[in-house]
Amino acid sequence: MADDKVTLVRQFIEGMPHSRALDLRVEYLEDGVSEISMPYDPKLVGDPATGVIHGGAVSALMDTSGGAAVMSHPTDSLGTATLDLRIDYMRPATPGQRITARAECYHVTRSIAFVRAVATDEDRDRPVATATGAFTLERPKKSEDQV
Amino acid sequence: MSARRPEPVQQIKQRRDGVLNALLTGIPYIQFLDIRFDRRGDELTAILPFDEKVIGNTMLPAIHGGVTAAFLEVTAIVGLSWATLWDQMETGELNPDALTPDTLPKMPKTIDFTVDYLRAGLPRDAYARARVNRSGRRYASVHVEGWQDNRDRLFAQATGHFLMPSSNG
Repeated sequence: MADDKVTLVRQFIEGMPHSRALDLRVEYLEDGVSEISMPYDPKLVGDPATGVIHGGAVSALMDTSGGAAVMSHPTDSLGTATLDLRIDYMRPATPGQRITARAECYHVTRSIAFVRAVATDEDRDRPVATATGAFTLERPKKSEDQV
Repeated sequence: MSARRPEPVQQIKQRRDGVLNALLTGIPYIQFLDIRFDRRGDELTAILPFDEKVIGNTMLPAIHGGVTAAFLEVTAIVGLSWATLWDQMETGELNPDALTPDTLPKMPKTIDFTVDYLRAGLPRDAYARARVNRSGRRYASVHVEGWQDNRDRLFAQATGHFLMPSSNG
């Protein structure tokens, strides 16, 4: 993946106001694959008795990594929107640990990207959550001489 | 059999609002997104006030899809807890004054959550209501509808399955 495209997608993803509110960091971008991480923050806790992060924050991280995977796909999509996202919660994330979501477009059609994602904390072998989603794909219009 | 005198309305409202507030203020993430709940009898409407921090795409601008998912999930969990606690609350068994972060009833845990995005979330307040379609001893299924300006034009809907907290603690 070209360096300038990596920079562009990274800036777009990290620059979103909600990404900044969650302090998201783009760890890795490759053709149709993204890894984005979210640091532990007490303000995101969903269960004060245990200090476990709320599922909603994990959903936001998963959705963002899915969108980033679509943006980094070789189709050079001009933009993307989530059509559908299903999240399965496997276990509570360990309090104090950074959560990383890795998403990949496993199939793209003319207008849709099918995405899978896995979120883990520091224990990379036991997923915290998995997700599958369908995202819109906006292919750039071909100029006349390419047709 | 003599009919019991109905409880004064203010006392009922205070108890219901007290329980609801105790549930909400105990959860930092609900405070982070600034989600509020409007209560009419047992019906809850969740409100997500529009704010810079909920924006995803700045060009449109639109509410971040992850925020929409989170908002609907919070609505489902609070709605489900509220429905399960209702009877205890009405009998007075659940006293809001005795609810501290340590004695707060445990919340259901999300097993899975599926969001159907119907329209872009516009830069204005969003609303949501949950419907508990099935609530068993161990599992529950909840559907949530989210809208903005028009109640009939949903911008997102979701279905989730939840693991109920065990009754013995």
